[in-house]
Amino acid sequence: MSELDPALLARIQFAANISFHILFPTITIALGWFLLFFKLRYLRTGRQHWLDAYYFWVKVFALTFALGVVSGITMSFQFGTNWPGFMETVGNIAGPLLAYEVLTAFFLEASFLGIMLFGRKRVGERVHTLATVLVAGGTTLSAFWILALNSWMQTPVGFEMIDGVAHPTDWLAIIFNPSFPYRLMHMLLASGLTAAFLVAGLSAYRWLRRDRTPDVLAALRAGVVVAALLIPVQIFVGDLHGLNTLEHQPAKVAAMEGIWQDEKGAPILLFALPNEETRSNDYAIGIPKLASLILTHSLDGEIKGLDSFPNAHPPVAPVFWGFRVMVGTGLLMLAVSWWSAWRLRRHAEPTRWQARALLAMTFSGWLATLAGWYVTEIGRQPWLVTGVLRTVDAISATPAPIIGISLTAYLLLYVLLLSAYVSVLFYLARHRGKPDHKPAVAGLQEA
Amino acid sequence: METALPVVFTALMALAMLLYVVLDGYDLGVGILLRGVPDADKDRMIASIGPFWDANETWLVLGVGLLLVAFPLAHGVILGALYLPVAAMLIGLILRGVAFDFRVKARAAHKPLWNGAFWAGSVLAAFSQGYMLGSYVLGFRDDAIGGAFSVAIGLALCAGYALLGAGWLVLKAEGELRQRALRWAYASLWLTGLGIAAVSVATPWVSPRIFEKWFALPQLLFLLPVPVLTALVFAATEGAIRRLRKGESRRDWIPFAGAILLFVLAFAGLAYSLFPYLVIDRITLWDAAAATGSLKIMLFGAAITLPMILLYTVYVYRVFWGRSAELSYE
Ligand code: HDD
Ligand code: HEM
Ligand code: HEM
Repeated sequence: MSELDPALLARIQFAANISFHILFPTITIALGWFLLFFKLRYLRTGRQHWLDAYYFWVKVFALTFALGVVSGITMSFQFGTNWPGFMETVGNIAGPLLAYEVLTAFFLEASFLGIMLFGRKRVGERVHTLATVLVAGGTTLSAFWILALNSWMQTPVGFEMIDGVAHPTDWLAIIFNPSFPYRLMHMLLASGLTAAFLVAGLSAYRWLRRDRTPDVLAALRAGVVVAALLIPVQIFVGDLHGLNTLEHQPAKVAAMEGIWQDEKGAPILLFALPNEETRSNDYAIGIPKLASLILTHSLDGEIKGLDSFPNAHPPVAPVFWGFRVMVGTGLLMLAVSWWSAWRLRRHAEPTRWQARALLAMTFSGWLATLAGWYVTEIGRQPWLVTGVLRTVDAISATPAPIIGISLTAYLLLYVLLLSAYVSVLFYLARHRGKPDHKPAVAGLQEA
Repeated sequence: METALPVVFTALMALAMLLYVVLDGYDLGVGILLRGVPDADKDRMIASIGPFWDANETWLVLGVGLLLVAFPLAHGVILGALYLPVAAMLIGLILRGVAFDFRVKARAAHKPLWNGAFWAGSVLAAFSQGYMLGSYVLGFRDDAIGGAFSVAIGLALCAGYALLGAGWLVLKAEGELRQRALRWAYASLWLTGLGIAAVSVATPWVSPRIFEKWFALPQLLFLLPVPVLTALVFAATEGAIRRLRKGESRRDWIPFAGAILLFVLAFAGLAYSLFPYLVIDRITLWDAAAATGSLKIMLFGAAITLPMILLYTVYVYRVFWGRSAELSYE
């Protein structure tokens, strides 16, 4: 290919932008509830260390939220700039869902954020707590709406096509479409796990650097306990999610499992290199019959293979590997969080090795979340809206060089911001959340 | 009903855009003015917009969101034609928004860098918004005249935002910084006035369609109040700023209010010039509207939530009312 393909560039740009965006919401959605928890513990017990924990993590929250907002604003322009065909075809459905998200969620969180961050002295304790609830609720609500839309794109119902344009017939069916409950639960849990491992990991870092004050230990314990509680639920919900996908998008499941021909008693593949040329797997290692057992609840259940979906199945390798990265990370999360939680039942502090493991897992939530989204989205290809609109038909006619320029600029910016974000988190952790420079104005701590 | 709905949504969208321009305008303006002031004043200036900028920016999401959801056909055409300036604006907004947090959280040595990013992001966002407006008004004309016109409006909008920002700081700051803000207000008022005058002359000159809309006889009489009011507001604001600089301390809301009025009037003139087109001479608002059923369900949501949003916006502004000296999480 000598010419750069604008469709490919537009897709890379969209994937880069949404991947960058989702990193921050996954943290803020659940971190808001963590903050509420710290605050309520403080109000309940009156003990300073809960407030200290609150003040440390509110800084992380503010920074993460800012990145979430600005990258989200990019997203809201993307549909028009990169996917004009998307809104032309399904705008009557996507539009109201996005509008409700802006009206009910974005304004709520953005407006009360100011009070939550800077208003505690001005409004008093009760209103400040209420503002915290509204911000956390707002982020969760926005996840509700955007996932309703994304789930509808996966499993569209409640509409009719008139002259090639989708018209809604039943809004409740559209919002509560077949994959929505699973996707919403799975995503909210993913967010809980991402925030929990971030809280535990950064606290473990502080602990390893001999910052062992009660607020560090309290946050560490909160992170570990939340992670240990959520991960089994996540695995259970993930399994249900997979069964639901088998029903509605069997080609995606075939790609996830790397099954080429219809197969009875299919194995779970631990390792394989899917090969689209030979339409089979190279170097496959698997556990016999397990995939059939998990997906059909019978050892000899039949699973449809990719060959049953000629020219209409997604690229196999990224879906296959994305799925393994997600599930593998989930199993690691289970091991690390239970191991640490077991010790913290009896002891106030973790062992050095546990602290190291938690530190290594600080951003594991990001890995699993991104891998999961890649499975979901690439697994939907070649469709943009399953059975309704193909990705290639929604592409913009913007010339490749123009997309190339903006894509390069975005990528540079994202690398810069991501490294700044991660290094500032550790920097804050080393300095107990206080910058090493005096604010130029007395009392003007942090803006 | 069928034909009124798109008009209602155009009005809503215009309202969201106007609110965006005024609200994010003042905080982008504060960013534009950030250059060359002492560090303590930088902190104060940014503190004055701290609790607000995020919600202000959400009006942009609503404005573009309404364009996207109510006029899906126009959305693709407009944003496709403005692809690069949109990307530039987004990069500006990203830089500004993240610098806000990074500058006080990163290590001290990096603070000047983030201050620079804050300034550059604000300027880039403001300029590209003006550039887009210029390009939009001329129906995406891509010759030299179109380019020059867009650049001119880009500069004029920077001046206008600086005026809003300075007016805001006059309200919010004290002492030395307030004096500085008054100087800025005065200078940027003249620049803005110049910009408005230039654009008012240039627009009908480069766009025969807009010329006809304004200068045919019966309309001209109805429309006369717009330029006359603009001139009056300009004069009143100019006088007020001069008095404030001489030491009068009451009525320091006038520069900000005057700036807002100038924006409202310019906006009204623009809206008149464009109506009923969403894309000049190509797509009217009726051509581009989404299905009636979808518009109704959005109107239902907007009718319930917009009043609430306005209500709690007013509440937030009241909480942080008065001169802002400090900003802290405690
Ligand atoms: C599961 C959650 C989730 C997902 C999949 C997305 N977002 Fe998001 N978004 C959020 C969760 C979120 C959030 C938690 O509500 C954010 C992050 C931080 C914040 O301030 O709000 C947010 C911010 C945010 C903003 C800024 C809102 C503001 O001004 O406060 C916009 C415009 C978008 N998003 C738009 C999108 C679009 C168009 C998406 C899809 C393509 C998208 N987001 C995917
Ligand atoms: C937030 C987490 C998300 C991530 C990480 C993500 C990631 C991706 C990726 C990697 C692709 C590219 C697939 C491919 O081209 O092979 C894609 C496609 C797409 N996704 Fe998402 N997505 C997310 C959420 C959403 C949501 C919420 C929506 C819509 C409401 C959405 C709409 C789309 C569209 C329109 C495409 C088609 C573009 C394409 O195929 O490249 N995505 N997404
Ligand atoms: C360990 C057991 C897990 C299983 C069995 C599982 C199962 C699944 C399945 C089947 C999908 C794709 C559904 C579809 O697109 O149709 C999926 C998607 C996803 N997974 Fe997992 N998952 C697991 C763990 C995790 C973990 C630990 C996280 C993050 C912390 C995570 C985050 C996600 C996300 C964000 C998506 C995309 C959004 C969605 O479709 O819900 N998953 N998961």
